[in-house]
Amino acid sequence: MAKVAIHFTLNGSEKAEFVESGTSLLDVLREKLADFSPKGGCLQGTCGACSVLIDGEIRLACLTLAETCEGCTIETAGGLAKDGVLHPLQIAFADGFATQCGFCTGGMIVASKALLDRNPAPSRADVIEAISGNVCRCTGYEPIIGAVLAAARANSTNKA
Amino acid sequence: MSVTLQTFTDLEDAGAALTAPGAAYFGGGTLLVRRANEGDVALTRYVRLTAPALRAIEVRAGMVRIGAGVTMGEIVRHPELGFLGAAARLVGGPAIRNAATVGGNLFARAPYGDFAVALLALDAVVHLGGHKLGRDVPIGTFLAERETAFAKLVVTAVSFAVPAAKAFRFTKASRVRPKGLSVVTVAAVLETRDGLISFARVALGCAADRPMRALAVEAALIGRARTPEGIAPALAVALNGTAPITDAVASGWYRGAVLPVHLGRLLLADT
Repeated sequence: MAKVAIHFTLNGSEKAEFVESGTSLLDVLREKLADFSPKGGCLQGTCGACSVLIDGEIRLACLTLAETCEGCTIETAGGLAKDGVLHPLQIAFADGFATQCGFCTGGMIVASKALLDRNPAPSRADVIEAISGNVCRCTGYEPIIGAVLAAARANSTNKA
Repeated sequence: MSVTLQTFTDLEDAGAALTAPGAAYFGGGTLLVRRANEGDVALTRYVRLTAPALRAIEVRAGMVRIGAGVTMGEIVRHPELGFLGAAARLVGGPAIRNAATVGGNLFARAPYGDFAVALLALDAVVHLGGHKLGRDVPIGTFLAERETAFAKLVVTAVSFAVPAAKAFRFTKASRVRPKGLSVVTVAAVLETRDGLISFARVALGCAADRPMRALAVEAALIGRARTPEGIAPALAVALNGTAPITDAVASGWYRGAVLPVHLGRLLLADT
């Protein structure tokens, strides 16, 4: 099958690949670019484990065709830490025991970043809505909600 | 067999490609890529159209026209579509809403397709284009024949009249909040005059495999007060013509049992 050329920015780095037409963004990220932070869970749009940001909007990489991301800016949980320093959300998730098996964590953090990027001071209801497309089977969600609120507070404190 | 993507900028070209065996129109991918991921071998080709008109929202002279490629997220954020926000906001989580399109929702089988229930209550017109023909059809006709007569046409837009202030009502009952599959969905356009219901258009989701009008309910509401006693005859015929679906969320029996409850709550709610 003929391959198609795609290029996009992944976590700040220009990427160019040849992929088979119809390949999902998730497969390209994991199998071509070795970014394993988005996970293939349900592959039905139900679990949110493959959540990524495309041009700042949260999307599901398992349902997104790579060809439709031509020229886009893509962010994943794998690109949040900079120079070995964790993102405030990653710190809050670790400090708040908001991760257990870790399978949902990348998607949860991406969903939370999508929220905080547009709403730095969210309410508890805002957080619940923001992660409503992400399933966690370990934590019962409360530590995750607490971690997102803690990260928002930390951001606010750092800027004060 | 893998599925390939063909992208077009011209409606006629996309329509022609859609006539090929195994081809299906690609909107946001939330239904179609899922089918591919589940191993549907009947699907061999995604056909995508990137015409800017598909992404346009027009609100003018009391009419709304929404391009088929407009996402649920874009409807939620649109300042003049506040009355539709509740319906769009209840379609999936944020990531789904950023991909799921108005056109795609028209093809969603129950328990999906909540936005189409809203469009049915609004008596929308579905604008179709494609290979050598294009036409506008009432949404009820479209929904009835979407897998047959209209399966190989491209939905380009939907349009409808802006309802009177506070006339549009929408509810989706689900077990998981804020995001969950529908147990039942009800949308209504209700107008009153001199304390009595003068106009009613009611649409149901999950009462069949696709959104349906509750015609008996509508007839029973006319001339009645919007009180528990006034709407009682309408609730008594709420299940007329329905065949509620059974799935992992709820049995058809359960859906039938709770449908009049949620219909009643919607009709009596203050908007």
